[in-house]
Amino acid sequence: MDETIVKTEEQEFLEEEICVAENLVYRRPKTLTDLDLHYCPGCGHGVVHRLLMEVIEEMDIQDKVIGVAPVGCAVFAYNYMNIDMQEAAHGRATAVATGIVRVLPDKLVFTYQGDGDLAAIGTAETLHTCNRGENILIVFINNAVYGMTSGQMAPTTLPGMVTTTSPFGRDVNKMGYPLKMTDLVAQLPGTYYVTRQAVNNAGNVRKTKKAIQKAFQYLQQKKGTCFIEVVSNCPSNWKMTPVESNKFVEEKLIPFYPLGDLKSPKEETK
Amino acid sequence: MAKVKGDIVVDIEKCKGCELCVVACPQDTIALSDKINKKGYHYMVKIKDNCTGCENCALVCPDAVITVYRKTGKKKEKVATITNVQKDMTLEVN
Ligand SMILES: Cc1ncc(C[n+]2csc(CCOP(=O)(O)OP(=O)(O)O)c2C)c(N)n1
Ligand code: SF4
Repeated sequence: MDETIVKTEEQEFLEEEICVAENLVYRRPKTLTDLDLHYCPGCGHGVVHRLLMEVIEEMDIQDKVIGVAPVGCAVFAYNYMNIDMQEAAHGRATAVATGIVRVLPDKLVFTYQGDGDLAAIGTAETLHTCNRGENILIVFINNAVYGMTSGQMAPTTLPGMVTTTSPFGRDVNKMGYPLKMTDLVAQLPGTYYVTRQAVNNAGNVRKTKKAIQKAFQYLQQKKGTCFIEVVSNCPSNWKMTPVESNKFVEEKLIPFYPLGDLKSPKEETK
Repeated sequence: MAKVKGDIVVDIEKCKGCELCVVACPQDTIALSDKINKKGYHYMVKIKDNCTGCENCALVCPDAVITVYRKTGKKKEKVATITNVQKDMTLEVN
C-alpha cells in the first residue's frame, strides 16, 4: 500500500537547507586578505580591522582608500587590509596621512594607531593634524597599555592600573593623569566628527561600524578631520582571558572613557 | 512555529578559541571544542541546533571566521492563480 508522508509546514521549514547563498547575512569581508591575523586571541584590533574593511567593501571605495599603519601591534595592518597602505614611523601616521591627502586630495585617507603611538610619541603630530583640520580619518585604538612592547604604562593607563612599568599601580602624583586625547581634539576647530566607541560586545561593535561609515561619508564630503577612539582590550598584557578583558573594558575603562559622540556635525545635532 | 532559523559556518583553522563568541551568543548555541586545530587552539563548535542567525558571534569575532545564514518567515505559498484579468476587476482575499 502506498503511504504518503504529510509534513507540517513547520517541519518543512526546519528541514530546509539554511546555508545557501540567498540566506547569507554575514561573511568575512572580501577587503580583508585571507591571511591569519597575528593578533593575540580575543584582541580588539582584529574586530576594528574587520569593521573598517566591511565599511570599505559596502561603500565600494576599495580603490579610493589609502590607509596608514602605525608602529605597535597593528604594524602589520597592511598585510590584512586589502587596500593601498603606507607604513609610518612611530607616532607619525597623521603627518604621513597629511602628506598623502594633500598630494591626492580625492583619496579617502585614514590612519590606524594605538594609544602608545597616537597619545605618547605622536601627540604633537596628532594635535596639529586635527588643528589643521586635514581631511583624514584617525582611528585610535585605546587599550590603555603599550601592547607590542609587552604592556608598559601608556598615557591612557587608568589611575591605579598595574602595568609592567607601574607594578604598584599608576600613581597619578608621580606619573601624571591619563590623557584623554579624544576630549582634547574635540576642542579643536579643525575636527568635524569626534566620537568614542568600543568593541567589547555585539551592540558596541554595531555602533562602531556606524561611526566608521559616517566618518568615510564625511571624508567624501571633505568636511575635515574625523576622529574615532575605540576603547579596546589587550588580554595578553592585562594578563586576563579575552572574556575577562572585555569585562574589564565594560567595568573599568568605559566608565573612565565614556562612549558617545564628543563632536557631531551641526546638521545632525538639531 | 519557528519564524526564524539560522546557522553558522566556522573556519576552524583560523579560530583562536578566544571564546568571545560563546559569551556573545544569546542562545548558548556555541562552545569550544575538546579538539584542537592546527594552531593548537580549541576552536568553536555548534553544540545546539537553535541558532537564530542574529550575527552576534560574527560581530565580536576578531578573526572573522564565522559566516552566518538566516532564514525568516514562512515559505510563500501559492494561494490562487489569477487568469483573465479584466479592467476594474475587484479581488477579495480573506
Ligand atoms: C621611535 C620608536 N620608539 C619606540 C619604539 C618601541 N615601540 C614599539 S611599539 C610601541 C608602543 C605601541 O603601543 P600602542 O601604540 O599602544 O599599540 P598597541 O601595541 O597597544 O596596539 C613602542 C613604544 C619604536 N618602535 N620606535
Ligand atoms: S599584545 Fe595586546 S594589543 Fe597586541 S595583539 Fe596582543 S592583545 Fe592585542
